[in-house]
Amino acid sequence: MDLRFGDGKPTDEERAAVDALLGPPESSWEGADRSDADLRWARGGREARDRRDQLLPALHALNDRVGWISEGALDYVCRRLTVPPAEAYGVATFYAMFSVRPRPATVLHVCTDLACTAAGASRLCAAVESRLGPESGVKVERSPCLGLCERAPATLVIRAGESARPAFEDEAVQAEGGSGGAAPGGGNGKGRRGRNTLHATAICAPATPDRAIPAATAPESAPTEPAPEAAVPQTGDPGLTLLHRIGTVDPASLDDYRAHGGYTALRRAFGLGPAAVIREVTDAGLVGRGGAAFPTGRKWQATAAQPDHPHYLVCNADESEPGTFKDRVLMEGDPYALVEAMTIAAYATGAHQGHLYLRGEYPRALARLTHAVEQARTRGLLGDDILGQGYAFDIEIRRGAGAYICGEETALFNSIEGHRGEPRSKPPFPVEKGLFGKPTVENNVETLVNVLPILTMGAEAYAAIGTPTSTGPKLFCVSGTVARPGVYELPFGATLGELLALAGVRDNLRAVLLGGAAGGFVRPDELDIPLTFEGTREAGTTLGSGVVMAFDDTVPLPRLLLRIAEFFRDESCGQCVPCRVGTVRQEEALHRIVDRTGAGAAGDITLLREVGRAMRDASICGLGQTAWNAVESAIDRLGAYE
Amino acid sequence: MTAIPLGVPRRLVEFTLDGQEARVPEGSTILDACRAAGKDVPTLCEGDTLTPKNACRVCVVDVEGARTLAPACSRRAEPGMVVRTDTERARHSRKVVLELLASSVDLSTTPSVAQWLTEYEAKPDRFGPDAARVDEAPRVDNDLYVRDYGKCILCYKCVDACGDQWQNSFAISVSGRGFDARISVEHDGPLTDSACVYCGNCIEVCPTGALSFKSEYDMRAAGTWDEERQTETTTVCAYCGVGCNLTLHLQDNEIVKVTSPHDNPVTHGNLCIKGRFGYQHVQNRD
Repeated sequence: MDLRFGDGKPTDEERAAVDALLGPPESSWEGADRSDADLRWARGGREARDRRDQLLPALHALNDRVGWISEGALDYVCRRLTVPPAEAYGVATFYAMFSVRPRPATVLHVCTDLACTAAGASRLCAAVESRLGPESGVKVERSPCLGLCERAPATLVIRAGESARPAFEDEAVQAEGGSGGAAPGGGNGKGRRGRNTLHATAICAPATPDRAIPAATAPESAPTEPAPEAAVPQTGDPGLTLLHRIGTVDPASLDDYRAHGGYTALRRAFGLGPAAVIREVTDAGLVGRGGAAFPTGRKWQATAAQPDHPHYLVCNADESEPGTFKDRVLMEGDPYALVEAMTIAAYATGAHQGHLYLRGEYPRALARLTHAVEQARTRGLLGDDILGQGYAFDIEIRRGAGAYICGEETALFNSIEGHRGEPRSKPPFPVEKGLFGKPTVENNVETLVNVLPILTMGAEAYAAIGTPTSTGPKLFCVSGTVARPGVYELPFGATLGELLALAGVRDNLRAVLLGGAAGGFVRPDELDIPLTFEGTREAGTTLGSGVVMAFDDTVPLPRLLLRIAEFFRDESCGQCVPCRVGTVRQEEALHRIVDRTGAGAAGDITLLREVGRAMRDASICGLGQTAWNAVESAIDRLGAYE
Repeated sequence: MTAIPLGVPRRLVEFTLDGQEARVPEGSTILDACRAAGKDVPTLCEGDTLTPKNACRVCVVDVEGARTLAPACSRRAEPGMVVRTDTERARHSRKVVLELLASSVDLSTTPSVAQWLTEYEAKPDRFGPDAARVDEAPRVDNDLYVRDYGKCILCYKCVDACGDQWQNSFAISVSGRGFDARISVEHDGPLTDSACVYCGNCIEVCPTGALSFKSEYDMRAAGTWDEERQTETTTVCAYCGVGCNLTLHLQDNEIVKVTSPHDNPVTHGNLCIKGRFGYQHVQNRD
């Protein structure tokens, strides 16, 4: 590739950040100073281009260290990876967490999504913006859902730079790391393989200006987050299957995980063999928990049967649907369960490399999983010979950078590969051509974690939980106006009313949003809807990723709808016309009618219906296809604007 | 003599297109089948020399049993498929897509679009006078061609032509996201600071006139551009031995732009800077 690079030079700090990830450059062809030898040999070619997938990690390395991506730094990354600068610029500007303009090292992300809006995010935002002026050195950014809905309103502070404490300094991980020797971030600021992990994060939720501002100005000394089990009101309930270890197991300790039944499922899987594992998963009736409800066994079988190799496993932990936080709680509270489940999925489908794509807004989940993967590797539970069975598998964690669309399976592949996170058109489906164009099985975190009880209790016992067509336990993310928001585990078939009663729903319930921004609203008199895939479908709504968000009559519905429309406008990748322009027109129309009802809104509602229908029918991916769902349901079911 | 590769004979796929039996070679798209059957399906981002990107969604058709509509330009015909090109559902999506485009960018130099807007009864004005538009001043940063973002529908054809499908210069990419996405060079700078080699193959594939010869841009601004008065002459480029075909567009005996026939088996419509822009000596009358 004959690429043209600009004259921009990286600063020493930027160069160090990139070299810490990629190692020092070997020749001037890769960005080192020119030597005589470089004039005799051209280096690069396919080998250099094959590292394109390091582009996103390299951009993260710069952002973590410097807080933004300068022209010189981007050009240096391009030289190192043989990526055309125009394409790298396209990638860097795709993600909300990156900036190609100078900005303060500290960014305070204030969630303005649904649960946080209902909990007063706009007041919080105005207060912190007025008190954190330009001289504070903190940039306040309005953020889509941070996945902390049980503690709304939420803020996340990210501070770039060397002086900041390592991202995964975390009480539990640090304790374990200190005794285990492989101290993550143990003082020198270097993680595994010398990777630079220096940047500070602090979560403040529920946030008030008086708590968020000190956290933003001094994230290093911000109080630590409450333990993950604080988000699980049912902690200690012996009937729990998926959540049973959260709060009882030390999330940093592999021994503790094993003492609580860990790795029995993998042993059983090795005993059964890959084909029988797929049969168990199929017989158990497991379907995907990310929202699409595709039968997992069928997906595994289709991937396993592909003659093309290698096969890849991808775990989709880019949990970005507003209102969803179950995967975060699973990863923070029981990280080894996901490592074990990914190992089983890979074994069943013949994959030897797994990618865990974790959303960039989850610093603690990242810390705990990074630690868990390292521990599993040192103990032979990942690597060349897992449990002495001669089976090789390893997991690479990839961090997202603020893009809802990357939760779409093919957009996620593009993101990992170092391209813009734009969805691909299907067919071909991922089971045939997925990550790096190879057969890939992609599953959501909760889906994978369900594989453990399937193997330990057997398909038959698992299938006995729930209803005949929606089997097993399901996690629900309950937030909004309830007394005990959090992640709830119930067998499929419980009604919406039962779940809300458990969470302590308050009076004056006006509406319940099922499935998040891509889901739909239901009325307070529809609480007998059974929470199953078929039950919600029959009721004309969706279970989606398990979001159950309650709103009382103090929250103005048109404002919520406007926020949903803003969300989709911001998160549309821009590839196809119905979604790129349709989401803008949807937001404009909702703006016009935010204070109108009846005949005054009728014209715009007709317009919304027509645009919504075209988005649903003609968009490339699920984002555009569902961008009108919640608004439509609010108009038709709740009589918004009547 | 031009060698026409015959290739391996391909099997025929049989499917139903608007109630009629259609037989097309394996690997053909629904659009290929429609064109073979003489059906008019509108397209914008589809290019005869490029891999379909199916971004504009104006060619959507109804495939029986599918949850959503399918882009005719990229969906391959499958045996037994039942496709309808003219259902109310497909027409509705095409209409709204045309409205969304026409309300957000200037389609005045896009061929056929005026006719489609009438045919589908599209009313782009109904989004109101405040509907967001891509309102940007045209970028004139070199003497050869102009980038007018106000006319860009983000079809990705220029990016594909500049990238690994033809030119391998990789000078442009899509940057930003959503409605703010734009085709840009690195750091959104001027073309003169980019990897652009001025081959003009992006202009060749641009469906809307967002990319145009500086000569055309200036003449349009002066009101002297008149395609009615133009003639086209296809000849052979005199610069090197490759023998690329050039189509010279002449108005009043002056070359006003240069294209290249897409069906040329050697170049497929691609040229280099010399063939595309190096015509001044021809009309040097001193």
